[in-house]
Amino acid sequence: MSSKDVSAGYTEKAGTGIHNAHTRRVIADVLSYILLGVLSIIWILPIVWVFLESFNKNTAPYQATFFPTQYTFDNYKQLFTDTSVMNFGSMFLRTFIIACFVCLISVAFVLLVAYCMSRMRFRFRKPFMNIVLVLGMFPSIMSVVAVYFILKAMGLTSGNWTVVALILVYSAGTGAGFYMMKGYMDTIPTSLDEAAMLDGCTRWQVFYKIILPICRPMIVYQAITGFLAPWLDFVMAKAICRTQDQYTVALGLWQMLQKEYITNWYARFAAGAVVVSIPIAILFMVMQRFYQESMAGSVKG
Amino acid sequence: MATTSKHVETKKRKTKKVGADYVAPAPWTVKHAFQHGDVFTYLSCVIFGLSNLARKQIVKGILFLAVEALYIMYMVNTGSVAIGKLISGLYGTESKQVFNSYGIPVQTAEERSVTILLYGIMAVFFTAIFIWFWTVNMRAAYKAQYLKQTTGHAPGFVEDVKDLVDGRAYVTMLFLPAAGILIFTILPLIFMISMAFTSFDNNHPSHFSWVGFENFKTVLSNNGGQVNLHTFLSVLAWTLVWAFFATFLNYFLGMFLAMVINRKTTKLKNFWRGVFSMSIAVPQFVSLLVMNQMLDSNGAVNRLLQSWGWISSPLPFFTNATWARVTVIVINLWVGIPFTIMQVTGILQNIPADLYEAAELDGANWWQQFRNITMPYMIFVTTPYLITTFTGNVNNFNVIYLLSGGQPQPVGSTAGKTDLLITWLYKLTVDQGNYNVGAVIGIFTFIVLAVVSLITYRNSGSYKNEEGFR
Repeated sequence: MSSKDVSAGYTEKAGTGIHNAHTRRVIADVLSYILLGVLSIIWILPIVWVFLESFNKNTAPYQATFFPTQYTFDNYKQLFTDTSVMNFGSMFLRTFIIACFVCLISVAFVLLVAYCMSRMRFRFRKPFMNIVLVLGMFPSIMSVVAVYFILKAMGLTSGNWTVVALILVYSAGTGAGFYMMKGYMDTIPTSLDEAAMLDGCTRWQVFYKIILPICRPMIVYQAITGFLAPWLDFVMAKAICRTQDQYTVALGLWQMLQKEYITNWYARFAAGAVVVSIPIAILFMVMQRFYQESMAGSVKG
Repeated sequence: MATTSKHVETKKRKTKKVGADYVAPAPWTVKHAFQHGDVFTYLSCVIFGLSNLARKQIVKGILFLAVEALYIMYMVNTGSVAIGKLISGLYGTESKQVFNSYGIPVQTAEERSVTILLYGIMAVFFTAIFIWFWTVNMRAAYKAQYLKQTTGHAPGFVEDVKDLVDGRAYVTMLFLPAAGILIFTILPLIFMISMAFTSFDNNHPSHFSWVGFENFKTVLSNNGGQVNLHTFLSVLAWTLVWAFFATFLNYFLGMFLAMVINRKTTKLKNFWRGVFSMSIAVPQFVSLLVMNQMLDSNGAVNRLLQSWGWISSPLPFFTNATWARVTVIVINLWVGIPFTIMQVTGILQNIPADLYEAAELDGANWWQQFRNITMPYMIFVTTPYLITTFTGNVNNFNVIYLLSGGQPQPVGSTAGKTDLLITWLYKLTVDQGNYNVGAVIGIFTFIVLAVVSLITYRNSGSYKNEEGFR
C-alpha cells in the first residue's frame, strides 16, 4: 500500500467521520428538542389547567371537557366576598400574620445558632450538633399529637390563640436548621473577626457588625423559607386548628375539596390556589437567585 | 507538602486566638468542687448560691437561690404529686355524680390519663433541668471560691454580664433557640415515646395505664390485632422501595434532563429551566390535590381518555395496588425532578470542560463520558444531598397523604397499599386514636432512618473534616 493511498484513506475516513458527527448532532438536537417540548407540556399542563379553571363559569367538578368553555371573574370575587360558609380573606390574613412572625423569629434563631456553631468553641458544641442531627431523624409527624396536647395544656388551642400556637410551633424548632447558614459562615475568614476583636469589639458586636452584613444573601434565603412555611404546611395546622375560624390558607383550600364542599367550591378552590401561588412564586424566584448567590460562597474572587 | 504545612500553621495560629475544636475543661468542675471546696462551697450543694453570696456575688447568688426556691415551690405544689401519679400508674379518676353541700347533684371533674402523663413527664423534665442547674450552681460556687483564692476577687455582676456578651456569648445566644428546641421538639418526642409503653388506644381513650413492652410485642407478632408483624413488614418494605425509587429515579432522570438542557447546542437554556422550575413555585399541596382530582375515577384524565375512546372503563389509578404504587412514584417524578434540576445544574457546569475534550479526543462516546467522568464527579459531590433526599422520602408525608391517601386500603387492614410508615403512623394516631402502636411505629421509623443515615453521615467527608478548607 502506498503512502498516497493511506492518506487518501484517512481523509476519506475523516470526511465521513465529520459527516457522521454532523448528522448525529442534528439528530440528537431534534430528539432533545422533542423531549424537552413534550416534557415541558407535561410540567406546564396542570398549572395552566388550575389557572384556567379558576376563571371557569361552570363551578362544578368533573366536567365533560378538560378546559373550561366559558370564562368569568366571579370565582375570585366570591372567594373574598362570600364569607358566609368559608372566610378565605380572614384565613389569608391570619396566615400572613403568622408568616411574618415566623419569618422574623426563624431568621434570628438560625443566625444565632449558626454563629455560635461556626465561630465559638465551647464544650457543649459537638454534643449540640449531634443532638440536632439525631432529632432530625425522628419522623416529624410523630410529635404532632404531643405538640397539640402541650399547647392545650398551655391554653393556646382555643379561639384566636391558635395564631400564637402556630407561630410558636413553626418557629420554636427552627434553631435546629442552622446547618446551611453555618456552612456559609464557615466561608467567612476568621481574620475579620480577629481584627474586629483586636479593635475592641465584643462577640455580640462582631456578630451584628461584621457577620450579619456579609450573610445578607443567606438571610434573605432564610427569611423567605421561614415566611413560606406557614403557607405550605398542612399537617401541623390540621392538628392544631380544630374549627374553621382558626384555619390557615392551606387548610381552607384542602377543606374546599372535601365531599361536602367540592360541588360548590371547586372553581373557587382553583381561584384560591392561584391567589396563594402568585406571591409564593414571586418569592420563590427571588429566593432562588439568593440561593445561587449564597452557594457561590461569601468571599468572591 | 507546602499546603499541608500551611494548613498546620493556620491551625496553630487559630488555636491561640479562637481555640480549636477541643475545649479544655475549666478548673471548676463539680468533682473539684467536692475535692477542694470550702464550707460555703459544700453548703451550696443544698443552699444554692451560698458560695457566690459569701464572695460578694450578690445578684448571682440571689438568682441561684431564686431558681431553687421556684423549683421547690413547684415540686411541693404540683410536681411531686404529678410524678407520684406517673409512677403509681396513670389511671386517673373518672367523672361521677356526687351531691354537694346543698344536695344538688354535680359531676366531679374527671382526671384523664393523658393529662397525668403530660404533667408527670413535664415534672420529670423540669427535674432533669434542675439537676443540670445544680451542676451549674456547684461549678459557679467553686469558681467563685477558686477566683477569690487565686486572684483575691470574684467577678461581680457587671463583669459577669460583660462576659456573657463577649467570651461566653454562646450562652445568651443559644438560650432562646435551645429553649425552643427543648420545649417544642424534645419534650413532645419524650411524651410520644412514653406513649409507646401505655395502653393509650381507641379502647382506652381517656383512662389507660403502663403496659411495658406489650405494644412492641403486638407490632412484632402475628397474634391477631389490627397492627401486626405482617402489616408492619409490608409497609416497611414498600417504604424502602418507595424511598429508593423516589430518590434515584428523580436523581438520574433529573440529571439527564439537566444534561440535555446543558448541551452546547441546546438553545434557550434559561427558558427550559424556567419552565421546569415553575412547578416548584406552586405550593406542593395545591399541585398534589389537583393531581389527585385529575386522576380520580371521574377525574379529568379518565374522562378525556374515555371521550377519545381509548379506554372503556376508568383506569384504576388509586384502586389497584400496583397502579397506585406506580402512580405515586410517577407523580413524585413530576414533583421532584425540578428540584433535582435546580440542585444539579450548577454542579454539572463545574465539571472541568477539558476532561470532556480529552475524552472526546480519545474517542470516548457519550455513554463512556457519562460513566467515567460525569457519574464519579456527581456521586462525589452529591452524596450528602442523596442521603438527605432518601431520609426526606422515607418521611415524605405530603405526597402520599394528599395524593393517594394510602389507597387502596384492603378491608380490615389499618394500612393501605401505598401507605408509608409515616402516613400509617398518622392514620393510627390522628384518625384512629391508637397512640400507643403509633408511637411504636414512630420509634421503628426512627431506627430505620438512624441506621441508614448516621453511618453514611459519619463517613461523609463534610462531617469528618468540617474545617478542612478554612
